[in-house]
Amino acid sequence: MTVTSKGHASALSGGVPTRHSRISGVGGYRPKRVVPNSEIVDRIDSSDEWIRERSGIIERRIAGEGEGIIEMSSWAAEPALEMAGISGDQLDAVILATVTWPYQTPAAAPLLAEHFGSKGAAFDISAACAGFCHGIALARDAIKGGTSTYALVIGVERLSDITDTDDRGTAFIFADGAGAAIVGPSEADDIGPVVWGSDGGNYDLIRQKEDWMELVTSDSPGIPHLVMDGNPVFRWAVFTMAKVAQETLEKSGITADDLDVFLPHQANLRIVDALARATHLPERVQVADDIIHNGNTSAASIPLALHAMLADGRAKSGDKALMIAFGAGLSYAAQVVTVP
Amino acid sequence: MATTEEIRAGLAELVNEVTGIPADDVQLDKSFVADLDVDSLSMVEVVVAAEEKFGVSIPDSEVKNLKTVGDAVSFIESAGA
Repeated sequence: MTVTSKGHASALSGGVPTRHSRISGVGGYRPKRVVPNSEIVDRIDSSDEWIRERSGIIERRIAGEGEGIIEMSSWAAEPALEMAGISGDQLDAVILATVTWPYQTPAAAPLLAEHFGSKGAAFDISAACAGFCHGIALARDAIKGGTSTYALVIGVERLSDITDTDDRGTAFIFADGAGAAIVGPSEADDIGPVVWGSDGGNYDLIRQKEDWMELVTSDSPGIPHLVMDGNPVFRWAVFTMAKVAQETLEKSGITADDLDVFLPHQANLRIVDALARATHLPERVQVADDIIHNGNTSAASIPLALHAMLADGRAKSGDKALMIAFGAGLSYAAQVVTVP
Repeated sequence: MATTEEIRAGLAELVNEVTGIPADDVQLDKSFVADLDVDSLSMVEVVVAAEEKFGVSIPDSEVKNLKTVGDAVSFIESAGA
């Protein structure tokens, strides 16, 4: 068989030319209930000062009744759709990152798609705190490849459901919320190539403590909790991720001098600050600090931080932002995006 | 091969950069936690900086044994700096 250049161009592409993508809308939903450190310290024999020193956290949002995964996701998506200027039925992909949807199956995403009148592809991804950036990477490639035109990417968690309120190492960190982004076609390349990876050798560093099957057959059935080995996680999150940040800038063909906004996963303010230092960012770069008032919301933390920085003017349309997400797996994903 | 005093002084500089503690306070008999108030996360930053500066590897499992500045200096010496 002779393959001509014409043959290559038409082979299985459906005639859709390669195109670019961008984030065209961002939204966030923060649960109503604000929980200050004072409400947490007694159970973990700690203090407001200790929590602030170790994590930067002053308060966090905890979801209550009526603030489920689907509800929070839809409230985060509504302003994102409005900002993007599209309606929900135009979504042909809904990608939802979470570890706290209480069904093993079906995924949450089809319900959310249905809510918005979309019959598009809809699925959940499990990449813990790195989930949102994985979702942006998948949406970007789907749009560039012509398989999607408008994708909704959600990061949403109710970590309070799986937090051990007696665990000194994690009880003050985790929180709830939802963040959303619309990814659509663009004339320019406004989402850079992802740098992503994993380190399954450190699978145990951040994990669900009990296996579901062990727990349901145990003498005291309950909900499994998250556990984390803080110091090695800190080392990986700061120093390995600083190298990933550098690689991400290089892959997008820019340097730290071209950046305006730094959006690391809001794991812990100490990680955020140390990562910003290790990445050698110029001082004028705005660094997300959403964790101070919202805690660590895992997959939701980056879109929530971007939403907050757009609202208070620290991020402006056209800015170049480096998003870097990392967490259990261990897994990570990072990309440079143009702020919508 | 660096002398004990050179390693102590180099380590003191790193502790100062990470935590702001005056380098002169970082003496061999000082405990990182009790005397210098270096918390566990700052300790990780100091350790990683020390690995780069002295060309040694200090695994996480070893860090908790480094109670005093002298412990850290001895470990760096024995690891071949």
